[in-house]
Amino acid sequence: MNRREFLKRSMVVVAGMAVPAAALHLIDPKQLLAAKPDLRWAFLVDAYKCVGCGFCVKACKLENEVPYEANVSRTWVERYVVKKDGEVLIDSPKAARDGFTTKKIEVGEGKFREVKDEEIEKAFFVPKLCNQCENPPCVQVCPVGATYSTADGVVLVDRKWCIGCGYCIMGCPYGVRFFHPVHKTAEKCNFCYHRISKGMKSACVDACPFGARQIGNLRDPNDPVTKVIMTERVGILKEEYGTKPQVYYIGLSKEVR
Amino acid sequence: MLHGEAWTVKELFVYPNEYIYWTIQIVMYPFLTGLVAGAFVLSSLYHVFGVTKLKEIARFSLVFSFALLPCAPMPLLLHLQQPQRNLNVLMTPHFTSAIAAFGIVFLTYGMIVASELWFVYRGYFVTTALKLRQKPNRTLSETVLMSLYSILVMGAWDVSHHALEQDEKAVKILAAVGIPVACFLHGYAGFIFGSVKANALWMTPLMPVIFICSAVVSGIALCILTYVITMELRKLIITWRRKENPSLPSPGELGGVETQVVTMTSRYLIMFLILAITLELLDLIFRGYTAVKSWDILRSVIYGKDFTAIFILQYGLGNLVPFILFLLPGLTVRRAVVGTILVLFGVFMMRWNVVIGGQAFSASFAGFMHYHMPIWPHDMETFKEGLFGALMVGSIPFALFWLLSRIFPIFDLKESPPSSSRH
Amino acid sequence: MKSHVWRPLFVALGLVILILVARAFVVPADFGIGERGYMYGWHRKGNEEEWKKVSVKYKTKAYCKECHGKKVESIGRSPHGVLQCENCHGPALDHPKDPPTLTIDRSRKLCIRCHAKLVTPSSGRSKIRGIDPETHNPEAECSLCHDPHHPNLEELKRHE
Repeated sequence: MNRREFLKRSMVVVAGMAVPAAALHLIDPKQLLAAKPDLRWAFLVDAYKCVGCGFCVKACKLENEVPYEANVSRTWVERYVVKKDGEVLIDSPKAARDGFTTKKIEVGEGKFREVKDEEIEKAFFVPKLCNQCENPPCVQVCPVGATYSTADGVVLVDRKWCIGCGYCIMGCPYGVRFFHPVHKTAEKCNFCYHRISKGMKSACVDACPFGARQIGNLRDPNDPVTKVIMTERVGILKEEYGTKPQVYYIGLSKEVR
Repeated sequence: MLHGEAWTVKELFVYPNEYIYWTIQIVMYPFLTGLVAGAFVLSSLYHVFGVTKLKEIARFSLVFSFALLPCAPMPLLLHLQQPQRNLNVLMTPHFTSAIAAFGIVFLTYGMIVASELWFVYRGYFVTTALKLRQKPNRTLSETVLMSLYSILVMGAWDVSHHALEQDEKAVKILAAVGIPVACFLHGYAGFIFGSVKANALWMTPLMPVIFICSAVVSGIALCILTYVITMELRKLIITWRRKENPSLPSPGELGGVETQVVTMTSRYLIMFLILAITLELLDLIFRGYTAVKSWDILRSVIYGKDFTAIFILQYGLGNLVPFILFLLPGLTVRRAVVGTILVLFGVFMMRWNVVIGGQAFSASFAGFMHYHMPIWPHDMETFKEGLFGALMVGSIPFALFWLLSRIFPIFDLKESPPSSSRH
Repeated sequence: MKSHVWRPLFVALGLVILILVARAFVVPADFGIGERGYMYGWHRKGNEEEWKKVSVKYKTKAYCKECHGKKVESIGRSPHGVLQCENCHGPALDHPKDPPTLTIDRSRKLCIRCHAKLVTPSSGRSKIRGIDPETHNPEAECSLCHDPHHPNLEELKRHE
């Protein structure tokens, strides 16, 4: 094969390669953000107020029909115990469905560790739920359009269209997704969409006795949640992924994962 | 039953919803598409770049690639929680997802391989079908074969010199178009993993390239292996048949494994192997050097939890040993067989270490997950996502290959139909 | 174009047409690009309504008040007034129609969700009075001595 032949054949290869690449250019993801200018749901967690009772998890599981005994949950509470020597212990036994009732910290299934009271430097609880990201990576990776973001910013899953590939579960940096044990489709927190669209609050917000969880409308400047997010110092989780999460936290700490 | 709970063991802090959701079948998926792509690239080396020394193995690997093709999506179907909805991917594709194009890329590639196969075998179909038609007392199998060939010809009965030349030209073009599509099919399996920003081990732009290189390595290895086995089997069968029918050609006349074919092919294998290892090491060094947030947990997985799987099984046994075996002077067929088996194992371990290794740590970077592959299945799920499911998926291509070789004879194409006419 | 070379292409085109025809039948009519564009809004519109139709199980105090107004009001003044009735009484669902009576959780496990003493210096938990569940009358149900509706220690039930 001479050089001329080689070049000719290489051209054929390159031309062939261009065919599948060209298919991708048909996509024009237009952003119609201003579709609902008056409503964008957001969540505010005050981690100082959380006592780790787990009533939110219990209410969530019952409200949203996630099997009570299954070791998955749309929302959960984490306990952080920071020792004086700098070691950080984290646990969330049964997603904190029954709260935190013992000083023993779970370090793997069925394994526990006890930390002496005087060794503890700080300890606190952090509730977690879906961040209803502005740029949800889970939605981006769904191959069939079974999960999507609504005009008011909530990410929903279509149980009748989901093929159960698990790519969205892999794509979520926050670990909020799982397979529903009964429906066998991707499952996640949706801010209790059936409640918030009726003017109620999500089940976890109602169940929290201490006001650690609040939900509000970011587009309403008079909304108490929006006021806090706008005027006070709030944090978000895993900013580095560029997902623009819409669950804001008061009292985050560097140990929080 | 909660998906994932049966085989996941958690250690330290793992988010409550995290389990090893992608298991052995997702290891099989890139492994099989890799074999498909690799086998096709090997056959194209002859058709496009005119590497005549590969002529013997080219047709063989093309048929093999076609046999592997329907098996590539099988692990995906077995892994889906709603397998009956798989066609949704073609119905409402969401192209921002790396998986969405799978159906389209896969079908395109399948059509290319099928067409190429058609052009390679059309002349044979026509002559065989015509010959069988004239035969007065056909056996049932001959009648079936005849009607099958007549359908497969699709009305193109022209076997003039000009027409056959056109076929050859088409083969060449399809083989050339097929290479990038094969690379795309597989490189994009790498993209499926490489683009998951939530997974620190997977996210690297090198992933598709690494996948392609190791795909070619595994494809070539499997072709060499199957080639040698088929040739040996053929020899055995002929020897056995000759006991009853001495008029058949002796194994000597038939010719055994061409050592030269094996040496030549393994040279390409080594080339791609070096490329694959270089890229993998580059990736590893780069991660260690830049040491971003995730490096702490990655290091404890790579150098700790998965050390045996990565450095001993994958790089040592799967890469270094065959590398030495192939490079030592005076390559024998037996040594090449051992080498190819090890290479295949090494590539399998690479897929394992990517898929399972990528889920060996929590997204919290504060805990680990261990995968205990179900051996004995006790329900559908532990079968599908366990050893036997994987073995099933892994063995089907060989059954298919056997079946296809009934229709597309891999050897002695010139004299048609091979065995029945001699009686 | 009369050459036989194009035949595989016709097969391929046939396949494409088949898929396109199948799409017309299989894809729901309301499937399309929603308000968030193709990247984030590619979905079946009808699913939004399906989610909105999910039944509400936790009806909140406002619902309890409709019949048990006095009780809700008096308990509301106690330190346990911050709690939703349903946290202990269970979700109201369509009570009193269905179920006619609610299953009350009276277990120790419920109370120690908040009242197990933990060392959590940087959280609200440290402000709640707590006990060590392993040593504080481990056999007894809390409501034996404490009135969950009026939990002040001063109003401790006298055990006769």
